[in-house]
Amino acid sequence: MTYQTLLFDVAEGVATLTLNRPDRLNSFNATMHEEMRAAMKTVERDESIRCLLLTGAGRAFCAGQDLGDRDVSPDAEMPDLGASLEHNYNPLIRRIMRLEKPVICAVNGVAAGAGANLALACDIVLAAQSAYFVQSFSNIGLIPDSGGSWLLPRLIGRARAMAVTLLAEKVSAQQAADWGMIWKALGDEELMPAAIRLAQRLAAGPTRGLGLIKRCMLHASEQDLDAQLDSERDLQRLAGRSADYREGVAAFMEKRKPNFTGK
Amino acid sequence: MNRFQDIQTDSANGVCLIRLHRPAARNALRTAMLREIVEALEQAAGDEQIACAVITGDERLFAAGADVAEMAGKDMTAMLDDPRPALWQAIDRFPKPLIAAVNGHALGAGCELAMLADLIIAGRNARFGQPEIRLGIIPGAGGIQRLIRRVGRSLASQMVLTGETIDADTALRAGLVSELCEPELTLERAQQIAGEIAALPPLALRQAKQALRLADEMPLSAALEFERKAFVMLAGTEDRNEGLAAFLEKRKASFKGK
Repeated sequence: MTYQTLLFDVAEGVATLTLNRPDRLNSFNATMHEEMRAAMKTVERDESIRCLLLTGAGRAFCAGQDLGDRDVSPDAEMPDLGASLEHNYNPLIRRIMRLEKPVICAVNGVAAGAGANLALACDIVLAAQSAYFVQSFSNIGLIPDSGGSWLLPRLIGRARAMAVTLLAEKVSAQQAADWGMIWKALGDEELMPAAIRLAQRLAAGPTRGLGLIKRCMLHASEQDLDAQLDSERDLQRLAGRSADYREGVAAFMEKRKPNFTGK
Repeated sequence: MNRFQDIQTDSANGVCLIRLHRPAARNALRTAMLREIVEALEQAAGDEQIACAVITGDERLFAAGADVAEMAGKDMTAMLDDPRPALWQAIDRFPKPLIAAVNGHALGAGCELAMLADLIIAGRNARFGQPEIRLGIIPGAGGIQRLIRRVGRSLASQMVLTGETIDADTALRAGLVSELCEPELTLERAQQIAGEIAALPPLALRQAKQALRLADEMPLSAALEFERKAFVMLAGTEDRNEGLAAFLEKRKASFKGK
Protein backbone atom coordinates (compact mmCIF):
# COMPACT_ATOMS: atom_id res chain seq x y z
CA MET A 1 0.00 0.00 0.00
CA THR A 2 1.44 3.37 -0.92
CA TYR A 3 0.25 6.63 0.50
CA GLN A 4 0.70 10.25 -0.54
CA THR A 5 0.96 11.68 2.95
CA LEU A 6 2.28 8.76 5.00
CA LEU A 7 5.14 6.32 4.94
CA PHE A 8 4.05 2.92 6.12
CA ASP A 9 6.46 0.10 6.62
CA VAL A 10 6.23 -3.22 8.45
CA ALA A 11 9.32 -5.07 9.61
CA GLU A 12 9.97 -7.51 12.45
CA GLY A 13 6.48 -7.08 13.83
CA VAL A 14 6.77 -3.29 13.95
CA ALA A 15 4.60 -1.08 11.78
CA THR A 16 6.30 2.28 11.37
CA LEU A 17 3.88 5.01 10.43
CA THR A 18 5.58 8.24 9.43
CA LEU A 19 3.52 11.39 8.89
CA ASN A 20 4.94 12.60 5.61
CA ARG A 21 4.02 16.12 4.58
CA PRO A 22 7.29 17.70 5.72
CA ASP A 23 6.77 20.95 3.77
CA ARG A 24 3.56 21.49 5.77
CA LEU A 25 5.08 20.34 9.09
CA ASN A 26 3.12 17.07 8.69
CA SER A 27 -0.14 18.84 9.40
CA PHE A 28 -3.38 16.99 8.71
CA ASN A 29 -5.37 17.57 5.55
CA ALA A 30 -8.27 15.51 4.24
CA THR A 31 -6.00 13.09 2.38
CA MET A 32 -3.88 12.42 5.45
CA HIS A 33 -6.99 11.70 7.53
CA GLU A 34 -8.19 9.28 4.88
CA GLU A 35 -4.85 7.56 4.72
CA MET A 36 -4.51 7.37 8.50
CA ARG A 37 -7.83 5.52 8.60
CA ALA A 38 -6.57 2.99 6.08
CA ALA A 39 -3.22 2.55 7.82
CA MET A 40 -4.82 2.12 11.24
CA LYS A 41 -7.16 -0.49 9.83
CA THR A 42 -4.15 -2.45 8.61
CA VAL A 43 -2.44 -2.13 11.98
CA GLU A 44 -5.58 -3.35 13.75
CA ARG A 45 -6.19 -6.33 11.49
CA ASP A 46 -2.73 -7.60 10.59
CA GLU A 47 -1.77 -10.07 13.30
CA SER A 48 1.88 -9.99 12.26
CA ILE A 49 1.97 -6.35 13.42
CA ARG A 50 2.61 -6.39 17.16
CA CYS A 51 3.70 -2.82 17.76
CA LEU A 52 3.01 0.56 16.13
CA LEU A 53 5.70 3.24 15.93
CA LEU A 54 4.42 6.68 15.03
CA THR A 55 6.75 9.49 13.97
CA GLY A 56 7.09 12.40 11.55
CA ALA A 57 9.23 13.11 8.49
CA GLY A 58 11.51 16.15 8.40
CA ARG A 59 11.86 18.72 11.15
CA ALA A 60 8.34 18.50 12.67
CA PHE A 61 6.35 15.70 14.24
CA CYS A 62 2.93 17.15 13.45
CA ALA A 63 1.53 20.67 13.45
CA GLY A 64 -2.06 19.47 13.91
CA GLN A 65 -4.71 20.64 11.48
CA ASP A 66 -3.48 22.26 8.26
CA LEU A 67 -5.07 25.70 8.62
CA GLY A 68 -4.61 26.20 4.88
CA ASP A 69 -7.45 23.68 4.55
CA ARG A 70 -9.84 26.00 6.35
CA ASP A 71 -11.68 28.86 4.67
CA VAL A 72 -12.14 31.68 7.19
CA SER A 73 -12.87 34.55 4.82
CA PRO A 74 -15.69 36.78 6.11
CA ASP A 75 -18.16 35.66 3.46
CA ALA A 76 -17.40 31.96 3.88
CA GLU A 77 -19.84 29.79 5.79
CA MET A 78 -19.06 29.22 9.47
CA PRO A 79 -16.91 26.11 9.64
CA ASP A 80 -18.09 23.10 11.61
CA LEU A 81 -14.94 22.10 13.45
CA GLY A 82 -17.00 19.67 15.51
CA ALA A 83 -17.68 17.65 12.37
CA SER A 84 -13.97 17.45 11.65
CA LEU A 85 -13.36 16.08 15.17
CA GLU A 86 -16.29 13.69 14.92
CA HIS A 87 -15.15 12.21 11.62
CA ASN A 88 -11.39 12.50 11.78
CA TYR A 89 -9.58 13.21 15.03
CA ASN A 90 -11.85 11.54 17.57
CA PRO A 91 -11.95 8.17 15.80
CA LEU A 92 -8.16 8.30 15.40
CA ILE A 93 -7.56 9.00 19.09
CA ARG A 94 -10.03 6.27 20.08
CA ARG A 95 -8.37 3.80 17.74
CA ILE A 96 -4.89 4.47 19.06
CA MET A 97 -5.97 4.25 22.68
CA ARG A 98 -8.07 1.14 22.13
CA LEU A 99 -5.58 -0.62 19.84
CA GLU A 100 -4.60 -3.74 21.78
CA LYS A 101 -0.99 -3.46 20.71
CA PRO A 102 1.62 -1.07 22.11
CA VAL A 103 1.93 2.29 20.34
CA ILE A 104 5.19 4.20 20.57
CA CYS A 105 5.47 7.79 19.51
CA ALA A 106 8.85 9.22 18.49
CA VAL A 107 8.33 12.97 18.59
CA ASN A 108 11.06 14.15 16.25
CA GLY A 109 10.19 17.85 16.24
CA VAL A 110 7.40 20.26 17.02
CA ALA A 111 4.12 18.67 18.10
CA ALA A 112 1.48 21.37 17.99
CA GLY A 113 -2.28 21.40 18.57
CA ALA A 114 -3.91 18.14 17.60
CA GLY A 115 -0.39 16.94 16.72
CA ALA A 116 0.67 17.28 20.36
CA ASN A 117 -2.38 15.42 21.60
CA LEU A 118 -2.00 12.72 18.98
CA ALA A 119 1.46 12.08 20.42
CA LEU A 120 0.17 12.08 24.01
CA ALA A 121 -2.53 9.54 23.12
CA CYS A 122 0.22 7.01 22.33
CA ASP A 123 1.33 4.56 25.00
CA ILE A 124 5.01 5.42 25.29
CA VAL A 125 6.15 8.82 24.09
CA LEU A 126 9.80 9.55 23.36
CA ALA A 127 10.86 13.00 22.20
CA ALA A 128 14.01 14.53 20.71
CA GLN A 129 15.68 17.19 22.86
CA SER A 130 14.98 19.79 20.19
CA ALA A 131 11.29 18.88 19.99
CA TYR A 132 8.58 20.70 21.87
CA PHE A 133 4.88 20.42 22.59
CA VAL A 134 2.52 23.32 22.25
CA GLN A 135 -1.22 23.47 22.90
CA SER A 136 -1.55 26.13 20.21
CA PHE A 137 -5.35 26.08 20.19
CA SER A 138 -5.81 29.17 22.34
CA ASN A 139 -3.71 31.23 19.90
CA ILE A 140 -6.59 30.98 17.42
CA GLY A 141 -9.49 30.99 19.86
CA LEU A 142 -9.99 27.24 20.07
CA ILE A 143 -10.01 24.64 22.81
CA PRO A 144 -7.59 21.72 23.18
CA ASP A 145 -9.07 18.80 21.23
CA SER A 146 -8.03 15.29 20.20
CA GLY A 147 -8.19 14.22 23.82
CA GLY A 148 -5.93 17.01 25.11
CA SER A 149 -8.34 18.31 27.71
CA TRP A 150 -8.73 14.79 29.10
CA LEU A 151 -5.12 13.69 28.88
CA LEU A 152 -3.28 16.79 30.07
CA PRO A 153 -4.79 17.14 33.57
CA ARG A 154 -4.21 13.42 34.08
CA LEU A 155 -0.63 13.58 32.87
CA ILE A 156 0.62 16.83 34.41
CA GLY A 157 -2.10 17.97 36.82
CA ARG A 158 -4.67 20.72 36.51
CA ALA A 159 -2.39 23.67 37.30
CA ARG A 160 0.08 22.91 34.53
CA ALA A 161 -2.67 21.79 32.15
CA MET A 162 -4.49 25.10 32.59
CA ALA A 163 -1.33 27.15 32.06
CA VAL A 164 -0.11 25.32 28.98
CA THR A 165 -3.54 25.40 27.33
CA LEU A 166 -4.52 28.99 28.22
CA LEU A 167 -1.08 30.42 27.42
CA ALA A 168 -0.16 28.08 24.54
CA GLU A 169 3.32 27.94 26.02
CA LYS A 170 5.90 25.74 24.44
CA VAL A 171 6.86 22.77 26.59
CA SER A 172 10.32 21.46 25.76
CA ALA A 173 10.92 17.73 25.48
CA GLN A 174 12.95 17.83 28.68
CA GLN A 175 10.27 19.76 30.55
CA ALA A 176 7.64 17.31 29.27
CA ALA A 177 9.70 14.39 30.56
CA ASP A 178 10.32 16.11 33.91
CA TRP A 179 6.59 16.71 34.31
CA GLY A 180 5.67 13.15 33.41
CA MET A 181 3.88 14.23 30.26
CA ILE A 182 6.05 11.86 28.22
CA TRP A 183 8.29 8.90 29.01
CA LYS A 184 11.73 10.24 27.94
CA ALA A 185 13.58 13.02 26.20
CA LEU A 186 16.52 11.78 24.14
CA GLY A 187 19.30 13.34 22.09
CA ASP A 188 18.14 14.18 18.56
CA GLU A 189 20.40 11.55 17.03
CA GLU A 190 19.48 8.98 19.64
CA LEU A 191 15.71 9.27 19.19
CA MET A 192 14.98 7.02 16.24
CA PRO A 193 17.41 4.22 17.09
CA ALA A 194 16.04 4.13 20.64
CA ALA A 195 12.43 4.21 19.44
CA ILE A 196 13.06 1.38 16.98
CA ARG A 197 14.80 -0.74 19.63
CA LEU A 198 11.91 -0.20 22.00
CA ALA A 199 9.35 -1.00 19.30
CA GLN A 200 11.16 -4.20 18.36
CA ARG A 201 11.35 -5.25 21.98
CA LEU A 202 7.63 -4.70 22.45
CA ALA A 203 6.85 -6.44 19.14
CA ALA A 204 8.58 -9.54 20.52
CA GLY A 205 6.55 -9.28 23.72
CA PRO A 206 3.39 -11.02 24.93
CA THR A 207 1.10 -8.92 22.70
CA ARG A 208 -2.13 -10.30 24.14
CA GLY A 209 -1.05 -9.40 27.66
CA LEU A 210 0.27 -6.01 26.58
CA GLY A 211 -3.04 -5.29 24.85
CA LEU A 212 -4.92 -6.24 28.00
CA ILE A 213 -2.72 -3.85 30.02
CA LYS A 214 -3.90 -1.06 27.73
CA ARG A 215 -7.53 -2.08 28.15
CA CYS A 216 -7.07 -2.25 31.91
CA MET A 217 -5.54 1.23 32.11
CA LEU A 218 -8.34 2.64 29.99
CA HIS A 219 -10.94 1.10 32.30
CA ALA A 220 -9.09 2.61 35.27
CA SER A 221 -9.55 6.09 33.89
CA GLU A 222 -13.29 5.56 33.69
CA GLN A 223 -14.26 3.73 36.88
CA ASP A 224 -13.78 3.60 40.64
CA LEU A 225 -11.54 1.23 42.60
CA ASP A 226 -14.25 -1.33 43.23
CA ALA A 227 -15.12 -1.67 39.57
CA GLN A 228 -11.45 -1.60 38.64
CA LEU A 229 -10.66 -4.50 40.97
CA ASP A 230 -13.38 -6.46 39.20
CA SER A 231 -11.86 -5.50 35.86
CA GLU A 232 -8.43 -6.66 37.00
CA ARG A 233 -9.96 -9.99 37.96
CA ASP A 234 -11.56 -10.38 34.54
CA LEU A 235 -8.60 -9.20 32.49
CA GLN A 236 -6.14 -11.29 34.49
CA ARG A 237 -8.40 -14.26 33.86
CA LEU A 238 -8.05 -13.58 30.13
CA ALA A 239 -4.31 -12.97 30.34
CA GLY A 240 -3.89 -16.21 32.22
CA ARG A 241 -5.38 -18.06 29.27
CA SER A 242 -2.85 -16.71 26.79
CA ALA A 243 -0.19 -18.99 25.35
CA ASP A 244 2.39 -16.34 26.22
CA TYR A 245 1.58 -16.57 29.92
CA ARG A 246 2.44 -20.27 29.87
CA GLU A 247 5.55 -19.57 27.86
CA GLY A 248 6.57 -16.75 30.20
CA VAL A 249 6.25 -18.88 33.30
CA ALA A 250 7.94 -21.88 31.67
CA ALA A 251 10.85 -19.74 30.48
CA PHE A 252 11.21 -18.23 33.96
CA MET A 253 11.30 -21.68 35.58
CA GLU A 254 13.75 -22.97 33.00
CA LYS A 255 15.89 -19.83 33.34
CA ARG A 256 15.74 -19.08 29.63
CA LYS A 257 14.44 -16.23 27.50
CA PRO A 258 10.74 -16.54 26.66
CA ASN A 259 9.73 -16.96 23.06
CA PHE A 260 6.45 -15.07 22.84
CA THR A 261 4.11 -15.47 19.90
CA GLY A 262 1.74 -12.68 20.87
CA LYS A 263 -1.12 -15.14 21.38
CA MET B 1 -23.60 -33.86 16.40
CA ASN B 2 -25.16 -30.60 15.32
CA ARG B 3 -28.39 -31.20 13.46
CA PHE B 4 -28.97 -27.51 12.83
CA GLN B 5 -27.63 -25.37 10.05
CA ASP B 6 -27.88 -21.80 11.36
CA ILE B 7 -27.37 -22.45 15.06
CA GLN B 8 -25.23 -24.66 17.26
CA THR B 9 -26.60 -26.15 20.44
CA ASP B 10 -24.96 -27.68 23.43
CA SER B 11 -26.47 -28.84 26.70
CA ALA B 12 -24.54 -29.33 29.92
CA ASN B 13 -25.22 -28.98 33.64
CA GLY B 14 -28.86 -28.12 33.18
CA VAL B 15 -28.17 -25.30 30.73
CA CYS B 16 -29.03 -25.37 27.05
CA LEU B 17 -26.72 -23.13 24.99
CA ILE B 18 -27.92 -21.85 21.63
CA ARG B 19 -25.29 -20.18 19.51
CA LEU B 20 -26.37 -18.21 16.45
CA HIS B 21 -23.99 -19.32 13.76
CA ARG B 22 -24.39 -17.90 10.29
CA PRO B 23 -21.15 -15.96 10.10
CA ALA B 24 -21.26 -15.36 6.35
CA ALA B 25 -24.51 -13.40 6.80
CA ARG B 26 -23.57 -11.67 10.10
CA ASN B 27 -26.07 -13.98 11.80
CA ALA B 28 -28.97 -12.50 9.86
CA LEU B 29 -32.07 -14.04 11.41
CA ARG B 30 -33.67 -15.68 8.38
CA THR B 31 -36.86 -17.63 8.95
CA ALA B 32 -35.03 -20.95 8.85
CA MET B 33 -32.84 -19.74 11.71
CA LEU B 34 -35.83 -18.65 13.80
CA ARG B 35 -37.35 -22.04 13.17
CA GLU B 36 -34.20 -23.73 14.45
CA ILE B 37 -34.15 -21.55 17.55
CA VAL B 38 -37.78 -22.47 18.24
CA GLU B 39 -37.03 -26.15 17.76
CA ALA B 40 -34.06 -26.01 20.11
CA LEU B 41 -36.08 -24.13 22.74
CA GLU B 42 -39.05 -26.46 22.46
CA GLN B 43 -36.75 -29.38 23.03
CA ALA B 44 -35.16 -27.64 26.01
CA ALA B 45 -38.62 -26.84 27.39
CA GLY B 46 -39.57 -30.49 27.31
CA ASP B 47 -36.29 -31.76 28.71
CA GLU B 48 -36.45 -32.23 32.48
CA GLN B 49 -32.68 -32.03 32.69
CA ILE B 50 -32.67 -28.48 31.29
CA ALA B 51 -33.44 -25.67 33.71
CA CYS B 52 -32.35 -22.63 31.77
CA ALA B 53 -31.24 -21.54 28.28
CA VAL B 54 -28.61 -19.13 27.03
CA ILE B 55 -28.67 -17.62 23.57
CA THR B 56 -25.58 -15.97 22.11
CA GLY B 57 -23.55 -15.12 19.02
CA ASP B 58 -19.79 -14.82 19.29
CA GLU B 59 -17.26 -12.37 20.75
CA ARG B 60 -17.85 -9.81 18.03
CA LEU B 61 -21.47 -10.17 16.96
CA PHE B 62 -24.89 -11.16 18.22
CA ALA B 63 -27.09 -10.68 15.15
CA ALA B 64 -27.08 -7.84 12.65
CA GLY B 65 -30.78 -8.09 11.84
CA ALA B 66 -33.32 -9.97 9.81
CA ASP B 67 -32.43 -11.40 6.42
CA VAL B 68 -33.14 -8.39 4.21
CA ALA B 69 -32.89 -10.39 0.99
CA GLU B 70 -35.50 -12.81 2.28
CA MET B 71 -37.78 -9.94 3.26
CA ALA B 72 -37.35 -8.20 -0.09
CA GLY B 73 -38.78 -11.27 -1.81
CA LYS B 74 -42.12 -10.93 -0.01
CA ASP B 75 -44.97 -8.61 -0.96
CA MET B 76 -47.79 -7.51 1.33
CA THR B 77 -49.81 -10.67 0.80
CA ALA B 78 -46.81 -12.83 1.56
CA MET B 79 -46.10 -10.76 4.69
CA LEU B 80 -49.65 -11.44 5.88
CA ASP B 81 -48.93 -15.16 5.77
CA ASP B 82 -45.40 -14.78 7.12
CA PRO B 83 -44.60 -17.61 9.55
CA ARG B 84 -42.27 -15.35 11.54
CA PRO B 85 -44.80 -13.89 14.02
CA ALA B 86 -45.71 -17.40 15.16
CA LEU B 87 -42.02 -18.26 15.55
CA TRP B 88 -41.31 -15.13 17.59
CA GLN B 89 -44.28 -16.02 19.77
CA ALA B 90 -42.95 -19.52 20.30
CA ILE B 91 -39.62 -18.08 21.48
CA ASP B 92 -41.50 -15.72 23.78
CA ARG B 93 -43.42 -18.64 25.27
CA PHE B 94 -40.31 -20.53 26.36
CA PRO B 95 -41.27 -21.28 29.98
CA LYS B 96 -37.78 -21.50 31.52
CA PRO B 97 -35.39 -18.64 32.17
CA LEU B 98 -33.71 -17.45 28.97
CA ILE B 99 -30.52 -15.39 29.10
CA ALA B 100 -29.08 -13.50 26.13
CA ALA B 101 -25.30 -13.04 26.07
CA VAL B 102 -24.72 -10.19 23.62
CA ASN B 103 -21.44 -8.98 22.14
CA GLY B 104 -21.20 -6.55 19.25
CA HIS B 105 -24.24 -5.67 17.22
CA ALA B 106 -27.74 -6.71 18.24
CA LEU B 107 -29.67 -4.81 15.61
CA GLY B 108 -33.19 -5.00 14.28
CA ALA B 109 -34.38 -8.58 14.64
CA GLY B 110 -31.20 -9.22 16.65
CA CYS B 111 -32.26 -6.66 19.23
CA GLU B 112 -35.81 -8.03 19.17
CA LEU B 113 -34.49 -11.52 19.82
CA ALA B 114 -32.32 -10.32 22.71
CA MET B 115 -35.34 -8.56 24.24
CA LEU B 116 -37.22 -11.86 24.32
CA ALA B 117 -34.71 -13.06 26.89
CA ASP B 118 -35.50 -12.60 30.56
CA LEU B 119 -32.20 -10.85 31.02
CA ILE B 120 -29.38 -9.63 28.85
CA ILE B 121 -25.70 -9.80 29.75
CA ALA B 122 -23.67 -7.65 27.36
CA GLY B 123 -20.05 -7.23 26.38
CA ARG B 124 -18.61 -3.75 26.56
CA ASN B 125 -18.51 -3.85 22.76
CA ALA B 126 -22.26 -4.42 22.48
CA ARG B 127 -24.49 -2.09 20.47
CA PHE B 128 -28.26 -2.26 20.36
CA GLY B 129 -30.55 -0.66 17.83
CA GLN B 130 -33.67 -0.81 15.70
CA PRO B 131 -32.45 0.70 12.43
CA GLU B 132 -35.44 -0.50 10.38
CA ILE B 133 -36.67 3.04 9.68
CA ARG B 134 -33.65 3.56 7.42
CA LEU B 135 -34.98 0.86 5.12
CA GLY B 136 -38.46 2.32 4.95
CA ILE B 137 -39.86 -0.24 7.36
CA ILE B 138 -40.36 -0.36 11.12
CA PRO B 139 -39.53 -3.03 13.68
CA GLY B 140 -42.16 -5.70 13.34
CA ALA B 141 -41.44 -8.22 16.06
CA GLY B 142 -41.64 -6.24 19.28
CA GLY B 143 -38.81 -3.84 18.51
CA ILE B 144 -41.04 -0.92 19.38
CA GLN B 145 -43.35 -2.28 22.09
CA ARG B 146 -40.68 -4.18 23.98
CA LEU B 147 -37.99 -1.53 23.55
CA ILE B 148 -40.22 1.19 25.03
CA ARG B 149 -40.86 -1.05 28.05
CA ARG B 150 -37.15 -1.75 28.47
CA VAL B 151 -35.53 1.66 27.96
CA GLY B 152 -38.36 4.16 28.40
CA ARG B 153 -40.22 6.33 25.93
CA SER B 154 -37.68 8.99 25.10
CA LEU B 155 -34.72 6.76 24.33
CA ALA B 156 -36.92 4.20 22.56
CA SER B 157 -38.42 6.93 20.39
CA GLN B 158 -35.01 8.33 19.54
CA MET B 159 -33.76 4.88 18.59
CA VAL B 160 -36.79 3.85 16.56
CA LEU B 161 -37.33 7.21 14.81
CA THR B 162 -33.68 7.76 13.85
CA GLY B 163 -32.36 4.23 13.64
CA GLU B 164 -29.47 5.27 15.93
CA THR B 165 -27.79 2.52 17.90
CA ILE B 166 -26.84 2.77 21.58
CA ASP B 167 -23.63 1.52 23.14
CA ALA B 168 -23.28 -0.91 26.01
CA ASP B 169 -22.98 1.78 28.70
CA THR B 170 -26.17 3.47 27.55
CA ALA B 171 -27.93 0.11 27.42
CA LEU B 172 -26.84 -0.58 30.99
CA ARG B 173 -27.98 2.83 32.22
CA ALA B 174 -31.32 2.45 30.46
CA GLY B 175 -31.88 -0.96 32.02
CA LEU B 176 -31.87 -2.90 28.74
CA VAL B 177 -29.01 -5.04 30.02
CA SER B 178 -28.29 -6.07 33.58
CA GLU B 179 -24.52 -6.38 33.49
CA LEU B 180 -21.50 -5.52 31.32
CA CYS B 181 -18.52 -7.81 30.75
CA GLU B 182 -15.30 -8.00 28.85
CA PRO B 183 -16.52 -9.37 25.49
CA GLU B 184 -14.41 -12.50 25.88
CA LEU B 185 -16.20 -13.27 29.15
CA THR B 186 -19.82 -12.39 28.31
CA LEU B 187 -20.84 -15.94 27.51
CA GLU B 188 -19.04 -17.35 30.55
CA ARG B 189 -20.78 -14.87 32.82
CA ALA B 190 -24.15 -15.70 31.27
CA GLN B 191 -23.47 -19.40 31.69
CA GLN B 192 -22.43 -18.83 35.29
CA ILE B 193 -25.73 -17.09 35.98
CA ALA B 194 -27.56 -19.85 34.11
CA GLY B 195 -25.77 -22.42 36.26
CA GLU B 196 -26.85 -20.65 39.43
CA ILE B 197 -30.42 -20.60 38.16
CA ALA B 198 -30.23 -24.28 37.23
CA ALA B 199 -29.54 -25.13 40.87
CA LEU B 200 -32.78 -23.46 42.02
CA PRO B 201 -36.20 -25.06 42.41
CA PRO B 202 -37.80 -25.24 38.95
CA LEU B 203 -41.44 -24.81 39.96
CA ALA B 204 -40.66 -21.57 41.74
CA LEU B 205 -38.55 -20.44 38.77
CA ARG B 206 -41.41 -21.04 36.40
CA GLN B 207 -43.85 -19.04 38.53
CA ALA B 208 -41.30 -16.27 39.00
CA LYS B 209 -40.64 -15.98 35.27
CA GLN B 210 -44.33 -15.83 34.51
CA ALA B 211 -44.96 -13.21 37.16
CA LEU B 212 -42.05 -11.11 35.86
CA ARG B 213 -43.39 -11.28 32.32
CA LEU B 214 -46.90 -10.30 33.36
CA ALA B 215 -45.60 -6.84 34.22
CA ASP B 216 -45.69 -6.16 30.48
CA GLU B 217 -49.10 -7.71 29.95
CA MET B 218 -51.41 -6.84 32.81
CA PRO B 219 -52.54 -3.92 34.92
CA LEU B 220 -50.86 -3.84 38.33
CA SER B 221 -53.84 -5.10 40.34
CA ALA B 222 -54.27 -8.21 38.18
CA ALA B 223 -50.52 -8.86 38.10
CA LEU B 224 -50.36 -8.55 41.90
CA GLU B 225 -53.17 -11.04 42.16
CA PHE B 226 -51.31 -13.47 39.93
CA GLU B 227 -48.17 -12.97 42.01
CA ARG B 228 -50.04 -13.72 45.23
CA LYS B 229 -51.75 -16.79 43.77
CA ALA B 230 -48.47 -18.17 42.52
CA PHE B 231 -46.94 -17.51 45.93
CA VAL B 232 -49.75 -19.40 47.63
CA MET B 233 -49.63 -22.23 45.10
CA LEU B 234 -45.92 -22.77 45.73
CA ALA B 235 -46.77 -23.46 49.39
CA GLY B 236 -48.06 -26.77 48.11
CA THR B 237 -44.69 -27.87 46.71
CA GLU B 238 -42.14 -30.14 48.34
CA ASP B 239 -39.33 -27.86 47.22
CA ARG B 240 -40.83 -24.96 49.16
CA ASN B 241 -40.94 -27.00 52.36
CA GLU B 242 -37.40 -28.20 51.75
CA GLY B 243 -36.17 -24.66 51.01
CA LEU B 244 -37.64 -23.20 54.19
CA ALA B 245 -36.50 -26.13 56.32
CA ALA B 246 -32.95 -26.02 54.97
CA PHE B 247 -32.78 -22.30 55.68
CA LEU B 248 -33.94 -22.81 59.28
CA GLU B 249 -31.60 -25.77 59.80
CA LYS B 250 -28.71 -23.83 58.22
CA ARG B 251 -27.99 -26.51 55.64
CA LYS B 252 -28.00 -26.61 51.85
CA ALA B 253 -31.36 -27.34 50.29
CA SER B 254 -31.83 -30.26 47.96
CA PHE B 255 -34.55 -29.53 45.42
CA LYS B 256 -36.45 -32.16 43.48
CA GLY B 257 -38.73 -30.18 41.20
CA LYS B 258 -41.79 -31.35 43.08
